[in-house]
Amino acid sequence: MRVFYAVVLLAAVLVLNFSLMHLAPGDVADTISQSMGGADQEILDKIRADYGLDKPFLVQLGHYIGRVLQFDLGHSFFFNQPVTQLILQRLPATLLLVISAQILALVLGVVLGVYSARKPNSIANYFVTFFSLFGYSAPVFWTGILLLIAFSLKIPWFPVAGMRDVTISGGFWIQFWDVARHLVLPMITLSSIFIALYSRLSRATMMETLGADYIRTAKAKGLSNRQVIYKHALKNSLSPVITQAGIQFSAMMSGAVLVEAVFSWPGLGTLAFQSIIARDTPTILGILFFSALVVIVGNLLTDLALRLVDPRVGGRK
Amino acid sequence: MKHFFKGVAAASAVVSLLASSAIAEGPKRGGTLVTVLGTNVRNLNSAVQSGIVTGYPGAQLFASPLRYDDSWTPQPYLAKSWDVSEDGLTVTLHLVENAKFHDGTPLTSKDVAFSLDVIKANHPFKSMFAPVQSVDTPDDYTAVLNLSQPHPALMLAMSGQLMSIIPQHIYGDVPIEEVKTHPRNNENVVGSGPFKLVEYKSGEHVILERFDDFFIDGRPYLDKIVMRIIPDPAARAIAYENGEVHMGAFEQLPRIINRLKEVDGLNVTPNGYGGIGPLDWLAFNTTKGPLADVRVRKAIAYAVDKNFVLNALMMGTAADSKTGIHPDSPFYNANVEGYDLDLDKAAALLDEAGFPVKDGTRFSLTIDFGWPDVKPQVEYVKAALKKVNIDVEVRASADFPTWAQRMGTMDFDMSWDTVFNWGDPVIGVHRTYDSSNIAKGVWSNTQGYSNARVDELMALAAVENDADKRKALYAEFQAIIADELPVSPIDMVYLKD
Repeated sequence: MRVFYAVVLLAAVLVLNFSLMHLAPGDVADTISQSMGGADQEILDKIRADYGLDKPFLVQLGHYIGRVLQFDLGHSFFFNQPVTQLILQRLPATLLLVISAQILALVLGVVLGVYSARKPNSIANYFVTFFSLFGYSAPVFWTGILLLIAFSLKIPWFPVAGMRDVTISGGFWIQFWDVARHLVLPMITLSSIFIALYSRLSRATMMETLGADYIRTAKAKGLSNRQVIYKHALKNSLSPVITQAGIQFSAMMSGAVLVEAVFSWPGLGTLAFQSIIARDTPTILGILFFSALVVIVGNLLTDLALRLVDPRVGGRK
Repeated sequence: MKHFFKGVAAASAVVSLLASSAIAEGPKRGGTLVTVLGTNVRNLNSAVQSGIVTGYPGAQLFASPLRYDDSWTPQPYLAKSWDVSEDGLTVTLHLVENAKFHDGTPLTSKDVAFSLDVIKANHPFKSMFAPVQSVDTPDDYTAVLNLSQPHPALMLAMSGQLMSIIPQHIYGDVPIEEVKTHPRNNENVVGSGPFKLVEYKSGEHVILERFDDFFIDGRPYLDKIVMRIIPDPAARAIAYENGEVHMGAFEQLPRIINRLKEVDGLNVTPNGYGGIGPLDWLAFNTTKGPLADVRVRKAIAYAVDKNFVLNALMMGTAADSKTGIHPDSPFYNANVEGYDLDLDKAAALLDEAGFPVKDGTRFSLTIDFGWPDVKPQVEYVKAALKKVNIDVEVRASADFPTWAQRMGTMDFDMSWDTVFNWGDPVIGVHRTYDSSNIAKGVWSNTQGYSNARVDELMALAAVENDADKRKALYAEFQAIIADELPVSPIDMVYLKD
């Protein structure tokens, strides 16, 4: 059943977006002519004829769906490359960014949330609340530029843009270190919103859990505070956070578009942005297709994670 | 390496990156230059694609018959010498004999003939080589271009990224028209220029390496050029500041240019932009409504204060421009009406045109813009025209294609526009005023302007081989368009220290 829904979803993603792109004014011939500093009518007509843009909408859609059914995402109009190749070049960078930001946001969010739940009236708690709200409210591109000015320009700890320094060559660990250094700022920027979200959520569920009867029982047994929190309370408070993380995974994919633009991170986000501006329909649809796949897989992983922390989920058959 | 930033540099047609860095640093062999591109590269083969992101690496990957110095004088490059026949109908190129492509194959006149065919069939600037009927190759190092009419623009068109010589034995395996989608336009590119392609990674970088068999002895000086792709202007600015990027071109945000001028070790220069000739203007749809009356267009030109645009909005990074020909061009005519601010004259002209003030307003117009950087300019035009009782509504476009479609189909009243001269006026100027080029896509004659004398002057100038006579024809052309104002030129962009 799930697989069936996933296929329907993918088909809807493609048809809907194909139609939306068709409704947008201007086409790829206009943007190709922009990138060339202007072109005459003859060239524009030729581009349109070459890419079949002069055919009626339904014919274009039919051609496209037909090709996708044969697992062919087509050829990018704007980049002169097969779409699949273009996307597979970029996908790893986006996955690296999104997954590492997700992990950072979860770990830091839960730690901060638990901490402030335990000491609801401490000054530190107000700090956590303040920074959570700040991170949540600030637009990511602004946070990104601010971090760049602070930690690339004023204190030059991290590089400004890109994913690796091409002048560096060396073994795996040298490359690893290089990519890691480039990853730090985009990762913090992207996770800033989600840290806030997860810490607020885990704080709220933690406080609720701490008031529950079984916690009092555990305390009455004479368990230490630490054991109560980490063995009993935390496990129960985690499942809403994990559910939320699954839902937010798609939000993170879209947040990556902005972060990638600021840090010139060579991922799907910058490619998506550029393709939309360029009206490069095959590339956009290909990216949406892959993103939908990633989100579906992300949701499946969330379900699995929930079964691990919450036996009640697995018990239902 | 001492890093320096050029606010404008290797302007495609004129100054090569190589030459300018060599002059600034003195002839010292070795080193890696890290420079930057603002958008992803669509195509590395500059014989089939124009535009600055293709031309920037393209001018290093491919050599052309001629080069130009900064006083617009042709210099030998692949052609060690050249002759133009008395009647102007044959141009003979004598090629250097030691030029090789990056795969070691010698470069011959056959490749020149092939490249011209490819450019004619695929390059968007049709007017560059339109009169070239055929190319004869009497021997390996002589190419004779046969023209249907004299074509002075040919000399500029044979330089830089406009005429990249590509190898026939690589790109000749498909029909001429299909070279523009050749798989080797983006990978394993084989060129004839001073640098060869090492790697192009979409969205990341283009890496070029010194070509050891380059035909000019001892050149190039650099071992490697890394062109990083950084789309965000703020991130680029920080990269210049902290030295991650040594050089860049085509920065256009006044705030960023002025900030970079303050940075120690960075050198910001406008030199070289005349080669591509970018101009900002206010375009009028001359075919409908009040704007069909030349007096209304003049009134608007008088009501818009250029000094405000130059000093407050462009913050001193741009200079005044009066006609559709770039002020750096040898054909520029400065002796035309400049439309300095004069509100009384503007009001008088509007009254005379039959648009008196009624209930505080004369009529209303819309103004468009194609990219967010110029929003302050159109907001200013709205405010400025309010003073002469014209109501202006600013129409935003979601993105570039939206605006391009409005312009291409003349669905606008006024628009802010930036158009490039691309060297000779035949290439980038005529298209705006030619009455046979009305509403043919963005940057055509989107004004619907038509004047028989202007068409005639352009046709005469296109075939006039005498430089002085040609200059006189363009002077008259500019006097007419400055008087009839299909567009109201405001400034030359990124062109001032």
